[in-house]
Amino acid sequence: MKTTAALLLGAAMALAAVPAFAEDTITIGFTASQTGKLNNDSTSQLRGFELWRDDVNAKGGIKVGDKSYKVKFVSYDDESQNTRVQQLYTRLITQDKAQFLFSPYSSGLVATAAIISEQYGKIMMSIGGAEEKTYKLGNKYLFQTYTGASKYLAGALDVLKKKNPKAKIAFVYEDDPFSKAVAQATRELAKQDGFTVALEESYSSSTTDFGPIINKVISSGADALLGGGHYADGSTLARQLHDQKAKLKWVTLLVAPDSPNFAKLGDAAVGVSVPSQWEPQVTYKPDFGPTPAEFTKEFKAKFNIEPGYHAAGGYGGALILQHAIEKAGSIDPQKVAAELNKTDVTTLFGPCKFSTDPKSHGLQIAHTMVLAQWQMKDGKLVKEVIWPDNAKTSDIMY
Amino acid sequence: MIGIFASILDGILVGAVYGLAAMGLTLIWGVMNVINLSHGAIIVLGMFVVYFLTELTGISPYLGIPTGMIVGFIAGLIIYWVSVNRVIGRPILMSLLATFALNMIIIGLATAAWTTSPYNVPVALPGISVGNYTFTGTHIMAAIIAVVIAGLLYLFLHFTRPGKAIRAVASNRDAAELNGIPTRQTLSMAFGLGVALACISGALISTLFPFTVLSGEAYQLKSFVVTVLGGLGNPAGALLGGIALGIVEGLATPFTPVSWIPIIEFGLFVATLIAFPRGIFAFTRP
Repeated sequence: MKTTAALLLGAAMALAAVPAFAEDTITIGFTASQTGKLNNDSTSQLRGFELWRDDVNAKGGIKVGDKSYKVKFVSYDDESQNTRVQQLYTRLITQDKAQFLFSPYSSGLVATAAIISEQYGKIMMSIGGAEEKTYKLGNKYLFQTYTGASKYLAGALDVLKKKNPKAKIAFVYEDDPFSKAVAQATRELAKQDGFTVALEESYSSSTTDFGPIINKVISSGADALLGGGHYADGSTLARQLHDQKAKLKWVTLLVAPDSPNFAKLGDAAVGVSVPSQWEPQVTYKPDFGPTPAEFTKEFKAKFNIEPGYHAAGGYGGALILQHAIEKAGSIDPQKVAAELNKTDVTTLFGPCKFSTDPKSHGLQIAHTMVLAQWQMKDGKLVKEVIWPDNAKTSDIMY
Repeated sequence: MIGIFASILDGILVGAVYGLAAMGLTLIWGVMNVINLSHGAIIVLGMFVVYFLTELTGISPYLGIPTGMIVGFIAGLIIYWVSVNRVIGRPILMSLLATFALNMIIIGLATAAWTTSPYNVPVALPGISVGNYTFTGTHIMAAIIAVVIAGLLYLFLHFTRPGKAIRAVASNRDAAELNGIPTRQTLSMAFGLGVALACISGALISTLFPFTVLSGEAYQLKSFVVTVLGGLGNPAGALLGGIALGIVEGLATPFTPVSWIPIIEFGLFVATLIAFPRGIFAFTRP
């Protein structure tokens, strides 16, 4: 009996001792879409976060003044659903006491999470939320690492200008906030550039049968198709375009072709291009954190797959938060937010600077994009950077 | 102009598969007055049967269809004896709730096992090109299989003893029983058959489009529209209803944004219910 009591006492003391140890950790909360239609892209982002955490902790943690804090993650599966994001971010802040937040993946979910993080005054690094509207609502603690949605297809238009200035373009895009923002901004640019808009169709996120839309694309006589949305719909669209032999000379789709899994489409992937926030071939010289090459090597060693921009964005966004905390020398949210406002740093993900204009606070203003294309080289599918000229690794295949 | 024909033909091909999906729903309704709200979940079951069979054994997805049928029939028998048998002849709300609960259980279990991520059955068949338009081999194949299965169902219901028993029970259960037909067994067989048809349609759809655990809902809704177009409780009408729906989709697509198609479909659904409360091709029930 006595021994049991002694054991219990010992266990209680051991448990009581945990909080003292836990003081030296920084808790970062976020949700990832481990299931649902965003799962492919979101998982890459999550891997980026995890690799960063392991790297930081292996080096002793984030240095704040003369103390070091280990990074601890609290995360949940949001099932790619808005309602889950709303519940879970509230939980992360109130119950799990997350000190900083990473955003979920995709513009729609970021917009939802941002409402919660602003209500509680928590700093949230937005990664994977490109749509600009969310950053024009007077938010104070939201910081965007991606280039905004309106700039996504500028590269594709540039290529078309070079290759076929009279191209007839079909815009076929998912009807979610991000894809719509991209398509609408690009359509206006295309008209200014003198292109003909042959067709404009949006489709719901759950679409699996693109047959009717593809027939319309063929009927419209379009030479080029710009659009898409996320991985699930974009890869299906590319596959069915190929199956139905739509004789398009140019296809640029958002998000989907950036994933290494896109290569599974085989011949259907050839020639398809994707605006990308980052590619492993980029040659940024970071002033903070690893180089793109080091990151790519480490990522491949750990996950056995080439990192796409979602993974690099995850790592890069986390680095920027780390940079701000270390510069501030404090984990006080106000001081870290002030430091983030001053951020002007290049990481492996590229340059980063946030708008401090109260009307667009937190909007990314320094990061730039590239255009990548799937090409067949010696019987193997490879993704090459084809735009802009100073970053290209291969010629355009038109 | 040729674009419109291509669009209609595409609609017919996909419509035949919708028709097959609705056939199971309408058979069960026609025979036992039960609206099977687990229909969509069963369709998904058929999709996963094919997916796992092709993943694990590498056989052609089309060979997965008979397996889908057997799995569906057994699942149907279990569902019938566990749940449906108790609510037949009771107020319609009981069977709606019973099958809806079943729907939630199946989807819940499937989500736990397979998550809601998209799955894809890789299958490629050479298509047929007319001008700039191409009709994919998988669509043509699926439509042919759907029509063949509908034909087999018709033969079964009209020229075999169990099939005739099903029709007898559908038209008058008491009279059938007086004539020595074991009605409970017949009802369970009809339910099994209806569920097997849903499974087969799921198996076919999996060869056409990617799917998730939650895909069933969209096909279930379409099945309702098809059932109403084809006549409540009329399996042969369901195929016609499916093709009619496909034609409507095909005709509307070239002239309206594709996101408007569901509005047209369900508008048609409501209009049909008002004009023909028992469906357009209804004739089996009084």
